[in-house]
Amino acid sequence: MDSKITRDEVRHVALLARLQLSDAEEEQMTGQMNNILEYMDKLNELDTKDVEPTTHAIELRNVFRPDRVEPSLDRKDSLGNAPGTDGVNFVVPRVL
Amino acid sequence: MEIHSLPIHRIHDLLESRQIGAVETVSAFLERISAIDPGLNAYISTFGEKAIEEAKLFDSGARDYSASPLAGTPIAIKDVICMQGTLTTCASRMLQGFVSPYDATVTEKLRRAGAIFIGKTNLDEFAMGSSTENSAFAKTRNPWDIERVPGGSSGGSAAAVAAGLCAGSLGTDTGGSIRQPSSFCGVVGLKPTYGRVSRFGLVAFASSLDQIGPITRDVEDAAILLQAVAGFDPADSTSVDLPVPDYRAALNQSLQGLRLGIPREYFIEGTHPEVETAVRNAIDTCRRLGARIVDISLPHTEYGIAAYYIIAPAEASSNLARYDGVKYGHRAQNGADLLDMYRKSRSEGFGWEVKRRIMIGTYVLSAGYYDAYYRKASQVRTLIRRDFLEAFEKCDAILAPVSPIPAFKIGEKSDDPLQMYLSDVFTLPASLAGIPGISVPCGFTSENLPIGLQILGPHFQEELVLRIAHQFEQNTAFHLRSPEVKG
Repeated sequence: MDSKITRDEVRHVALLARLQLSDAEEEQMTGQMNNILEYMDKLNELDTKDVEPTTHAIELRNVFRPDRVEPSLDRKDSLGNAPGTDGVNFVVPRVL
Repeated sequence: MEIHSLPIHRIHDLLESRQIGAVETVSAFLERISAIDPGLNAYISTFGEKAIEEAKLFDSGARDYSASPLAGTPIAIKDVICMQGTLTTCASRMLQGFVSPYDATVTEKLRRAGAIFIGKTNLDEFAMGSSTENSAFAKTRNPWDIERVPGGSSGGSAAAVAAGLCAGSLGTDTGGSIRQPSSFCGVVGLKPTYGRVSRFGLVAFASSLDQIGPITRDVEDAAILLQAVAGFDPADSTSVDLPVPDYRAALNQSLQGLRLGIPREYFIEGTHPEVETAVRNAIDTCRRLGARIVDISLPHTEYGIAAYYIIAPAEASSNLARYDGVKYGHRAQNGADLLDMYRKSRSEGFGWEVKRRIMIGTYVLSAGYYDAYYRKASQVRTLIRRDFLEAFEKCDAILAPVSPIPAFKIGEKSDDPLQMYLSDVFTLPASLAGIPGISVPCGFTSENLPIGLQILGPHFQEELVLRIAHQFEQNTAFHLRSPEVKG
């Protein structure tokens, strides 16, 4: 049977999702994703050619407000949960 | 009768008439938590001292019970809702140690109403699951049978109410996460209409589906808790600016003249026979109470699972991109560079179910697959929503089972994700349509496991859903049974 998603594709999707899977995990993930994606084929029983997609169950309107500075979290609170900070900035491993 | 077995409105009556004290009440629950929760794991954290401090303010007269029907009552909050200065873990290693810098709107509203927070309850990691087995910290056990799951993802909130470890609680429902655990634990759980309750301060899973709602011992309590948290919030632009009715006012109206629809697609092979019998009996009860029962069809019901398990993971993969080990959350110590740090942090921080949903979500949104999966699922969502709108032309509300099965054994479904997903068949469509739904106790299996009746109503008709549930409840005795939980 054709599989929906190959192990190489799983590895690529993991990179897109910023995840890293071990060999054993890649294998397990490939198997489970194939099962689930095969089940999703059920949707193809339905003709949806002229059906508008629903992204929200309730009608939403754009919400405007004046562009005014409002109180917000202060720096100490904003940095309070950060794994790395110098007290002013978030600190991350070297990028360049 | 012991305090821990009373609903919120009874506790509040006793507090207000000074027959019991607030410290006495809070202590009774805290003692019970100490005795029983080590065997149930309903809580991730508890606020013993803080709760007693707040209770003292009521006993001394510094705070007044007349502030609201919640004043002085001990309430538990699902640990996916922020409470300033306390841990909000989402039952994930990713957020172990995360301290909320602010209150969620619902938390702030309950605080103002005088509720006393007693603890934060366990859940499936990031609310992804139907059994609370996906918590990174502990599996919550069902108070009716500790070998069984409490349901999920709000399993801790439902178990805590059922076992008398709080007077009432808040859960969240994305695809059934309030209704299904309430059904499994024999308590009342209401998922409001999408937009009825602010999501500000709720850690996002699937933003077009997530809703906060009450889990309580009876329907009147659900009305009280909903009253306290419902309403428009400028901080959540998807909350809806409609007046909030008095939810308790309509509870005592009879069912006379109401048309209640029975969707044939919710009575299918594979449903546990005792669940079907209990729900059929509940329908008969409603008929006896004056309702007119009408057959209806929701033809796209069977497509709900596939549509939901594309849409919810898609939204989750986007929402959970924020956990990158930079602003908060777990950071891996040995990242060679920034990308490596991201990948290691996320791989160490997330559990398997969360990783799989992120993977599926990323895949169905990726170039080449978007139309086949995400767009298709969103179109099917339109058909499911339309089913309900058409059904509500023929009936005022819908009666159905909550789950095709009662609480299953711990470990029974945890190795087969698809089997777990299939058990959500009767709760997912209402979530996709955004309509309100409640689970109310309607029976027990021969093994003494609770069964829930699901009542669904049109958008923003919580009043009607609560009224039907209340009328059913007050004419039956299922809600009066409590599990025997030993310490």
